[in-house]
Amino acid sequence: MVVMKMKFPFQKRVKLAQGLWLLSWCATVAGATTFTLGCILKTELRRRAEVMDNQDIHIVPNTLMIVGLASLGINYFASKICQDALDAGRFPRWKNFLKPYFAVSCFFTVLMLLAAGLRNGIRFYKDTDTPGRCFQKQNIDRLQMEFQCCGNNDFRDWFEVQWISNRYLDFSSKEVKDRIKSNVDGRYLVDGVPFSCCNPSSPRPCIQYQLTNNSAHYNYDYQTEELNIYLRGCREALVNYYMGLMNTIGAGVLSIFLLQGSVLVSLRLLQTAMEAVAGKENTEIETEGYLLEKGVKETIMEYLDPVLKFFLLKNQVEEGSAAATPTPT
Amino acid sequence: MLLKITFTQQRRVRLAQGLWLMSWLAVMSGAFIFCLGVYLKTELLRRAEVMDNTEIHVVPNILMMVGLVSIGTNWVATRVCQDSLDASRFPRWKLLLMAWFAVAVLLCCLLLAVVVLSYALQGRLEESLKVGLRNGIRFYKDTDVPGRCFQKETIDRLQMEFRCCGNNNFKDWFEVQWVSNRYLDFTSKDVKDRIRSNVDGRYLLDGVPFSCCNPASPRPCLQYHLTDNSAHYSYDYQAEELNLYSRGCRQALTDYYMEMMNSTGPGVLSVILIQMSVLVSLRYLQTAVEGATALEDPEGESVGYLLEKGVKETFEDVKANVLNILKFAQVDPSAAEGSPGAEDAEKPADNTTEKAASPTPSPAS
Repeated sequence: MVVMKMKFPFQKRVKLAQGLWLLSWCATVAGATTFTLGCILKTELRRRAEVMDNQDIHIVPNTLMIVGLASLGINYFASKICQDALDAGRFPRWKNFLKPYFAVSCFFTVLMLLAAGLRNGIRFYKDTDTPGRCFQKQNIDRLQMEFQCCGNNDFRDWFEVQWISNRYLDFSSKEVKDRIKSNVDGRYLVDGVPFSCCNPSSPRPCIQYQLTNNSAHYNYDYQTEELNIYLRGCREALVNYYMGLMNTIGAGVLSIFLLQGSVLVSLRLLQTAMEAVAGKENTEIETEGYLLEKGVKETIMEYLDPVLKFFLLKNQVEEGSAAATPTPT
Repeated sequence: MLLKITFTQQRRVRLAQGLWLMSWLAVMSGAFIFCLGVYLKTELLRRAEVMDNTEIHVVPNILMMVGLVSIGTNWVATRVCQDSLDASRFPRWKLLLMAWFAVAVLLCCLLLAVVVLSYALQGRLEESLKVGLRNGIRFYKDTDVPGRCFQKETIDRLQMEFRCCGNNNFKDWFEVQWVSNRYLDFTSKDVKDRIRSNVDGRYLLDGVPFSCCNPASPRPCLQYHLTDNSAHYSYDYQAEELNLYSRGCRQALTDYYMEMMNSTGPGVLSVILIQMSVLVSLRYLQTAVEGATALEDPEGESVGYLLEKGVKETFEDVKANVLNILKFAQVDPSAAEGSPGAEDAEKPADNTTEKAASPTPSPAS
């Protein structure tokens, strides 16, 4: 049972080899692009490493980089093979190389597809209970300004923590003493947010403090005010950002996967078509090309056999020795 | 002859091949110059709202124009190279090459001018930014006036992105009313005091917008009552450095654009070098091939040179040619007198040509 048999006259073989050469160079470029995409994603994830909890997510860019490099190699060899394909004298030297080459290429292509699907399990935003630390303050401020978000889930998270360091509190003041006495832990809690929550699109100068007190500001209503500060939480903002990034990269990788797949299929057809020509005097005859000589299942068993033998999972050596021992007796 | 070099056939072929490659390199560098111009123009247009005039735009405009012309010119050079070793096709380029050299020299001069201009226009850029930023700060509060409603957002985003505050420094904000009247409670005593404190009745305060806040400061940002030490705990107005951005936006933007233009300097200079080498090589190729075609054996040795005569004599020649061309364009009184005579002389010439033409049919008839 032959898979996908096609007839190949001489002209068609030549056209196939030329087209495949061009396609494999495109695929080399695509492999380089995959590698670059992996690097970009890795750098982006590194930049936010301090607010990310889960280190497992790094497997996605690592896989992309490996697959990109492997694909560069695969497609380079593919172009070399097609250059030699139409020269009956030089083609046979690739004969032994091709079987393992196809196995490795299929493996990497499937790996590429898996990497595009690994998007689960992102947990961001280490909880910032004490944002009074020097570098932490700067990081959170820049994060909120860049992603246009405020707090973990929303701006009210800032009401529940003391985000003003004790160094800048006048403990002799009545107001400070009242606030500290108002809760069990003795924290200075305010209904205010840092300046980095301010939204520049607001038509009025930013209101940071006494947010819940309508009478503290002229013409201000806490419930209806939307533009004053960012309403979105930073967790949601970061997740959206990285999802967007992964989606774009995923789409790119899928298209590169399709390109790589078509290169492999064409190369296989060319190889089988050329093999029929080998040894003949007239190299311009019509030959048949196919994808797989036997069915899919049988081909997989054929490829896995040497691997299994190597790992001694199939006890062929023992069976052979057991069968051999009775004969001398 | 200036800078003579002898060329064998082999050397001519090598020169043509090398020049072909270099011309394609020059086409790429022309495209690079064009892209550089486009990038610079986009960056300038992004901040167009805080610039008063567009004088600085002459730099990216020249870059774009030179890039486009250079792509075309060097493409012509590649075609000339391809035809140079074919003796039948080369002569048709003869006239075009003179014009080509002039254009190539002009391109190099324009690129040099761009490098000079990018330094010279720094003062004009600063002036333009000074006026633009001053207006931006004045109209900051006018978020309800059509045409100016985005000034607040523009200035806020500018200050946050470039880490600057005000025009020269943050004190510029003390001199304008940047809080809109819509958000001022005119019944309050504080507001009434402040409005009475100056002639124009503006609400001035010693405070800055939130976009001036520096995230690197260890303490939460202090925006208001900046000059009042007693208004904040452990605060000294004179000694405080990290609270707000200390740089003015005019300085920040000027530095940004100057750095961008300076970094393009080496690129532009190398493109000038490439263009000059293409020009020199093409001149050598032209003279060598012309010399070879004049010989009896076209595959023999010929001499290539830069200029046939010395620099001064060539200059005189070119000047005379240009004046001649200009003379033909002018209406000359001596030519007007001569023209009736010339017309009479032309008519019998026409008759003779007609007579010469007419006998030919008669023997046939």
